[in-house]
Amino acid sequence: MTAITVENLHKSFGSSQAVAGLNLTVQEGEIYGLVGPDGAGKTTTMRLICGGFQADQGSVSIRGCDVAKYPEEARAQIGYLAQRFSLYGDLTVMENLRFFAEMHDRQTTAWKSRTQEVLAFVGLAEFADRLADHLSGGMKQKLGLATALVHRPRVLLLDEPTGGVDPVTRQDFWQLIIRIVSQEGVAVLISTPYMDEAARCTRVGFIHRGRMIVEDTPGQVAARLNGRILELAGEPREALRRVATSATDVEDVQVFGDRLHLRVKVGKADRVLAQLPQTLQTQGVTVQRIRSIPATLEDVFIELLES
Amino acid sequence: MKVVSMINSRLRSIIYKEFIQIIRDPRTLVIMFIMPILMLFLLGYAATNDVRNIPAAIFDQDRSVAARELIDAYRAADYFRFDFDVSSPEELQWLIDSGQARAGLIIPPDYGQRLARHEQAQVAFILDGSDPTIAATALSAATLIGQAKATAVLRATLETRGQGGSIEAPVEVRTQVWYNPDLVSAYFMIPALIGTILQYMAVLLTSTSIVRERERGTIEQLIITPIRSWELVVGKLTPYTLIAFFNLLEVLIIGTLWFKVPITGDLGLLLVLSALFLVSTLGIGLLISTIARTQFEAMLLAFLIQLPAIFLSGFFFPLAAMPPFLQALSYLVPLRYFLIIVRSIVIKGVGLAAVFPEVIALAIFGLLVMGIAARRFHKRLD
Repeated sequence: MTAITVENLHKSFGSSQAVAGLNLTVQEGEIYGLVGPDGAGKTTTMRLICGGFQADQGSVSIRGCDVAKYPEEARAQIGYLAQRFSLYGDLTVMENLRFFAEMHDRQTTAWKSRTQEVLAFVGLAEFADRLADHLSGGMKQKLGLATALVHRPRVLLLDEPTGGVDPVTRQDFWQLIIRIVSQEGVAVLISTPYMDEAARCTRVGFIHRGRMIVEDTPGQVAARLNGRILELAGEPREALRRVATSATDVEDVQVFGDRLHLRVKVGKADRVLAQLPQTLQTQGVTVQRIRSIPATLEDVFIELLES
Repeated sequence: MKVVSMINSRLRSIIYKEFIQIIRDPRTLVIMFIMPILMLFLLGYAATNDVRNIPAAIFDQDRSVAARELIDAYRAADYFRFDFDVSSPEELQWLIDSGQARAGLIIPPDYGQRLARHEQAQVAFILDGSDPTIAATALSAATLIGQAKATAVLRATLETRGQGGSIEAPVEVRTQVWYNPDLVSAYFMIPALIGTILQYMAVLLTSTSIVRERERGTIEQLIITPIRSWELVVGKLTPYTLIAFFNLLEVLIIGTLWFKVPITGDLGLLLVLSALFLVSTLGIGLLISTIARTQFEAMLLAFLIQLPAIFLSGFFFPLAAMPPFLQALSYLVPLRYFLIIVRSIVIKGVGLAAVFPEVIALAIFGLLVMGIAARRFHKRLD
């Protein structure tokens, strides 16, 4: 079943168009990664989907339920974790969960077992009585996730949930998301600035200036640049970079630690591989390594932003 | 039936949550309960027009028995407190210039002699007019006491000439003050304070409490719950309504026990109409919360509305004394109607019929403001 259907969505604030004709579908059991530069319209899209913003044009439906027409019915199926911590800092972990459970769950008796369940699930059971303000950043996000899950939503909207969280906690967090999807079959729409996270999604969508630029599985998206990315290492690095940047058929040079990633024009990889080492040597640069490597999402991301 | 119980449970949760948050912030809690008491004591004592014990100086150049009698006449009425007995005009001037004395009585050297010769004797009474309220009271007091003394002297003179007993003033105005015969300012001010404090607390607390959800971002999580706008609003307003009502009781109790303001009218009626007044003030608070983005903005807006409202309500300055434009403007201030209601009930002891026009005006205002605020209040982020 289609969990989220977004059609021709438009939203502007004053003269700036935040979302401009966005189309998007997320299937049940799918983790859909929304990536794009800051200000691309990711958060606005999330808020439009959960009905926090009213769309200027276009429609959003959650499992066939139109958000504009039946906001409450649609929202009942959504779990939402906002980018900014949006729980009550002066309530304890348990009080927060209970409050939101009661807001969602209409039977007052039902919240208890589910609250315990999600609390154990995110690993915060022992912090139940701690004030939310006194939690670490990662724990706050886990509490946010628990809150989003407390009413058994079929659709999870996670807006940059791992921003500012340490790598270990990020890892934990992803394990939780994967478990929710596999155990409960929910649909997840997650926005992230991290390409390694995008690579873990079932599908990714690149949005830029409120439009969908590319949408596919991470593998297929990365494959757009297959055969066009070369890795280059050598000394001295200053000269290496200067020469590589001005070389013919090289579109872009990015520094990755002690190496460079070159993006070359379509079909020119072999020619660059053959000619560039010579050019470098005549400029007094010793080439340690030059080879073709598989493209990453990050390479594609940069290419998409430049074009 | 089922629907009602569901709504109730959600509403109950919000109220419960709101109370936890209020209790977790003890400093604000203390301020909420202390502020009305503080305002009550400040205004109960400071906002009074009862001018008593004006510091005054005497420059008695006569030192006769007659002069003593005149001074005693002034002393007997407690308008003046003769702290200074000076012996030169310069000294008197200095005392008034420096503000140590606000009035001065100058008795010329021949005062006693002239009276004894049945001639007209003149005394001078000097007033510091820099504070018109004090000066106006002092002026009328000085004149009245002086005239009373003059009449007494005249009567005594006529008596000694054998014409006593037949002297009556041709016209006598017998004044009679109803409701507050002693003209105690507190009786007038403290009931009005009930309205002012209710307005102040209700507007400030409700507007900031809703804006707080927006400012802290918690509204974002609330929005995706199936909670209805009105449940959110009612749930958030209820605790503050209770607090405002508690404040009302504080003022009533201290007002009657400490300031001895007698509540002449029906206490039940007063409480019911206070609740009606609360509807309009909560509406104003709600309206502010739909405009302001931050608590600071909400507080500034609340302040912007409150201060003119208090001045235009007739709290400090009588409406009748205001220019027509401001009088017209005052009809837009709900506190104006409530002050009439509360003063009438407390001081005059009137029933509903006497304040019916004000009650209707308040009801219309409340419905209007609540209606506009509710229309503007959306469960959305934009």
